[in-house]
Amino acid sequence: MKCVIAGGNVKVLGRAVHSLSRIGDELYLEPTESGLSLRAVNSSRSAFAAFLFAPLFFQLYEPGSAGPDTELFRCKVHMKSFLGVFRSLPSLEKSVGKCLILLKPRASRLVLQLHCKHGVTKTHNLAFQECERLQAVFDTQRCVSRLCAPARLLAEAVVHFPPTLAEVTLGTGTSGRISLRNYVEDDAEPSKTMVTELWLAEDEFQSVAVAPGSHITFCLKEFRGLLSFAEASNLPLTIHFDKPGRPVIFTLDDTVLEVHLVLATLSDLDSSSQCPSTNGVSHLPAPPDDFGDDLESYMAAMETSEGCSEGPPSPTFPLRTPQPAKSKPQQQEEEEEEEEEEEEEGAVPGTPPHKKFRSLFFGSVMTPGRPGPATTQEVLAEDSDGES
Amino acid sequence: MPFSAQPPASGERYALSASLDNARHLSSLLRAVHFQDHATCLATASGLRVTVEDAKCIQANAFIQAEIFQEFSVQEESVMFRISLSVLLDCLTIFGTSSLPGTSTALRLCYRGYGYPLMLFLEEGGVVTVCKINTQEPEELLDFDFCSTKVVNKIILQSEGLREAFAELDMTSEVLQITMSPDKPYFRLSTFGNAGSAHLDYPRDSDLMEAFHCNQTQTNRYKISLLKPSTKALALSCKVSIRTDAQGFLSLQYMIRNEDGQICFVEYYCCPDENITEAEL
Repeated sequence: MKCVIAGGNVKVLGRAVHSLSRIGDELYLEPTESGLSLRAVNSSRSAFAAFLFAPLFFQLYEPGSAGPDTELFRCKVHMKSFLGVFRSLPSLEKSVGKCLILLKPRASRLVLQLHCKHGVTKTHNLAFQECERLQAVFDTQRCVSRLCAPARLLAEAVVHFPPTLAEVTLGTGTSGRISLRNYVEDDAEPSKTMVTELWLAEDEFQSVAVAPGSHITFCLKEFRGLLSFAEASNLPLTIHFDKPGRPVIFTLDDTVLEVHLVLATLSDLDSSSQCPSTNGVSHLPAPPDDFGDDLESYMAAMETSEGCSEGPPSPTFPLRTPQPAKSKPQQQEEEEEEEEEEEEEGAVPGTPPHKKFRSLFFGSVMTPGRPGPATTQEVLAEDSDGES
Repeated sequence: MPFSAQPPASGERYALSASLDNARHLSSLLRAVHFQDHATCLATASGLRVTVEDAKCIQANAFIQAEIFQEFSVQEESVMFRISLSVLLDCLTIFGTSSLPGTSTALRLCYRGYGYPLMLFLEEGGVVTVCKINTQEPEELLDFDFCSTKVVNKIILQSEGLREAFAELDMTSEVLQITMSPDKPYFRLSTFGNAGSAHLDYPRDSDLMEAFHCNQTQTNRYKISLLKPSTKALALSCKVSIRTDAQGFLSLQYMIRNEDGQICFVEYYCCPDENITEAEL
């Protein structure tokens, strides 16, 4: 693969990398016929972001050739290494005229070359790893509600929440009003919590097509990365959401760029997630008790099982707590994982910790043109806490 | 030893005595070589030279010529002593490090001779501070034997082109590799860190290049931790000259213009690193 990015687009690429760095530790690069896709996923598989740069974004775009049996080469690199090349956005804007990205499979190197002013050339040779396709299973068409707003509106709304706030609840009220409220845990002390809620009128949005009285809770931290990208690029942001527990999808669309951010949302207390067997996926083979780190083999097992045709797939993982009736919707944070493990004294050894945010679906290799993922088999990618 | 709060009368004989209207002319240059606690000061009729060394591999010299001072007198041929550079800098900046326009700290420096402390009289806004810093026996300094006749490759670059590069050097790399050549890549800085390798190339016809005299292709590696402190000198300078000799010894000379437009020099000498095995390119 070989591509050249020129002028102001270098900074756009840099901003995209900064945005992706808020999601995961690895950057997945996938050159396709429709453009170069950069993706990231967080360690608990509850956030996925993909930036697709169309061929027109580039001064030169050669995805490489795929043989009849081989696909286009894709790889992943350490996020820190890739980010290091684009670390200073102001200096990118000031001194970089062109950026060349070259994938050298035989040398096992991803070459990033910046052509700067004064004739200076910066060449970075990054080590990469081959990888499977990273794709979250989601379908914006199946989302009941949709909101479209200028990024500035959401950025100004989000500024009212403390920078450390983890989760926020987006709700639809009466007469088309949209609310944003910080999520407070049930077991939080009422005297020590502060609730901030703001309402936005329908006319502040570019379009509102929502189911009234619905609400979703998602991780604000992961959303902020995309929001700053959207604001800087001056693009309207579209939010697709559905029932609590179903992923929320944020999209940005441009002639040369398509961005998707998929975040898992908190399930409702009243939802059927208490009884694993009745959440509509009864024939889904349950992951073995010794699930461990071997995501790949689990996904392989999924591929061989029958497809599900019964209703829309739920991203909720069957709960496996010792006391299924007491399912508290605790918040899942990467930082709080250790805390949770301590709480789970009675848990079955090897059981993944009780996660508040259910994992997103992660499909195995998907070719474009296939029917929507909802109608094919479900794949659950539960992250084991032992994964290094 | 008598301690006086007043500057000495002009009749007294001091091995070294100097005055400077703006102490920053001295402190900013000393900061550019402050990577070790101690320094050796040498005062001659031409001025003051402050030397800092580390690991027997690197030496930095700050030159403040006599013309920079309002008054500069050395009684003997030369005066040399070792002193804590950290303490000296703390004293010189005792009124604070922020440079407000129009205000400056005036300095008077006195040294009676071998065994005596260095006396500093600092004044700003009518407030006077007197500092007495103990001196030590000077240690033998490294002699890199670097003279212009032995130079193999030499380039002079405008500092603005290198500043960012040095500040962003991949510190996970053990070495900084410098390639100088009459052919491509002409002048290349390379690091080999955890992320992979990185190369910074400056072509000979770059408008940053003030002089390019490379006769032979040379690639030398230097411990990055030793060279990193030179970033301070680079940040202050407007031009830098990079020279290597046949053994790969590196000389970096920084031309620094102070607030009054006067020129001072800071130089760094570094030995090539022999221990590093063949690095990947």
